[in-house]
Amino acid sequence: MSQAVEKYRNTFLREVEANVEEGQWVKMCMQCGVCSGSCPLGPHWEHPPQEIFMMIRANKREEVLTSSSMWFCTSCYNCIARCPRELPITHIMHGLAHYAQRQGLAPKELPTAKFAKRFWDNLLKKGRVNELQLGLQLYFMNGLAEGIKTSLKMQKVGLGMLKTKRMDPMEALGGHGCKDIKGLKAALNKAKQIEETKAAKALERLQSKS
Amino acid sequence: MAKREYSFYPGCSSQKKASAYNQWVSTVSICKELDIQLNEISDWNCCSASIGYAGGGELPRLVLSARNLALSEKEHPGQDLVATCAACWLATREANERLNHDAEMKTDANEALKEAGLEFKGEKKVRHLVEVLIEDVGYEEIKQHVKKPLADIKIAGYVGCQTNRPFGIAGESFENPVYLDKLVEVLGGTPVENYDKKVSCCGGALMFSEPEKSQALVKDILEAAYDGGADMIVTPCPVCQMNTEVYQEHINKKYGTKFNIPSVYYSTLMSVAFGQSAKEAALDGQIISAKKLEAIASK
Repeated sequence: MSQAVEKYRNTFLREVEANVEEGQWVKMCMQCGVCSGSCPLGPHWEHPPQEIFMMIRANKREEVLTSSSMWFCTSCYNCIARCPRELPITHIMHGLAHYAQRQGLAPKELPTAKFAKRFWDNLLKKGRVNELQLGLQLYFMNGLAEGIKTSLKMQKVGLGMLKTKRMDPMEALGGHGCKDIKGLKAALNKAKQIEETKAAKALERLQSKS
Repeated sequence: MAKREYSFYPGCSSQKKASAYNQWVSTVSICKELDIQLNEISDWNCCSASIGYAGGGELPRLVLSARNLALSEKEHPGQDLVATCAACWLATREANERLNHDAEMKTDANEALKEAGLEFKGEKKVRHLVEVLIEDVGYEEIKQHVKKPLADIKIAGYVGCQTNRPFGIAGESFENPVYLDKLVEVLGGTPVENYDKKVSCCGGALMFSEPEKSQALVKDILEAAYDGGADMIVTPCPVCQMNTEVYQEHINKKYGTKFNIPSVYYSTLMSVAFGQSAKEAALDGQIISAKKLEAIASK
């Protein structure tokens, strides 16, 4: 490992500040734990939010980015509403999850990580979410055998949705979408490019400082 | 010309034969009755809800909503942008506020939007349809349209998360918003008092990836409705509606419960109370039939 990378790793807080959505707020956490106590899936977090904040400040890069924790965020925004320091905790958790994924460090077999990635890919295809294709993909994301099991378990729900006209089998063949999907994709590619260029520059600045 | 006009963002789940198609049908019906014209943004895209973050970075996700706002600004100048879906409303309002707050981010978003020949100016207000109903129409006027009061129906107002936090409906508290209860009263029904799971999370999108953990949350929400003597649950959110309705059998199987409680949109309640047909109220969109509403609609 090059010296530059080594040095860089000693500054995980700064890395988070430069690369993670709303990361500049991490240093403001006062460790009161209201976020963790307010989280609907709190008991399932490997490290609750305030612990994640402290781990970032303690340089635990690997432990934070490989953690399953942030992937249990249901986006209920309880933590944001209740945080006495008004940290945008939900955004930071989404940001950390995204950054971990981008760095290839997110846990590979975590259902929510898989689902979230498929959701994005699904909406990118036509500009609108195809619920049927997304649902089917989701059932089969852990292989054929489990997919069949899940499909059978969900059969009644599916029939109910079909009967009440809340699901359209024709969506499997294509379905709803944006007319200007080309423009939408070009705009999103550009946005990605801008974001990545900025992140690279921030990284450079970080390395030259340390 | 309609009394009130808005630029409308329906969102993916409200499309024809999508999971919240019943919300769309009943929304159209009540807007007709209240003389509200919803002008659909012609080529809107998905907002990426609250689960797009694995693939999409911060700026791409903001650009998704900025595109919808830019289209709305172009097509419906001077009209507030209105959404019915909690996630659509949240994402769009957040993008609007963040881009207006951060000049650099706005410049970046516009550089990206230029690729689609669009520009986000940030001159609109983003509102939830509930805000339109409460602030622009008002409880008094809604009351005047009630032809068939929802007498003898006890309803648990389940507000959920994203219609309530981080923005919420103006004037309401995060911990105990009362607009659904007030609406139920105006429609002639009885709201469940102190419904203690009113703003609890149903698991949201994690119902798909972590079904057992999310169903445990929904179990508590349903149980609290029963404890309050509710005949049905009412909610403004497509994900809340689906999660509280369609998994009841799975929950019963796992926990040995006997849940079978309808969960309806506020727009369905309003439509029935306005004397509209079962079809207009989208009662045929209920997987667990709302029998008491069907009885009123067929009267």
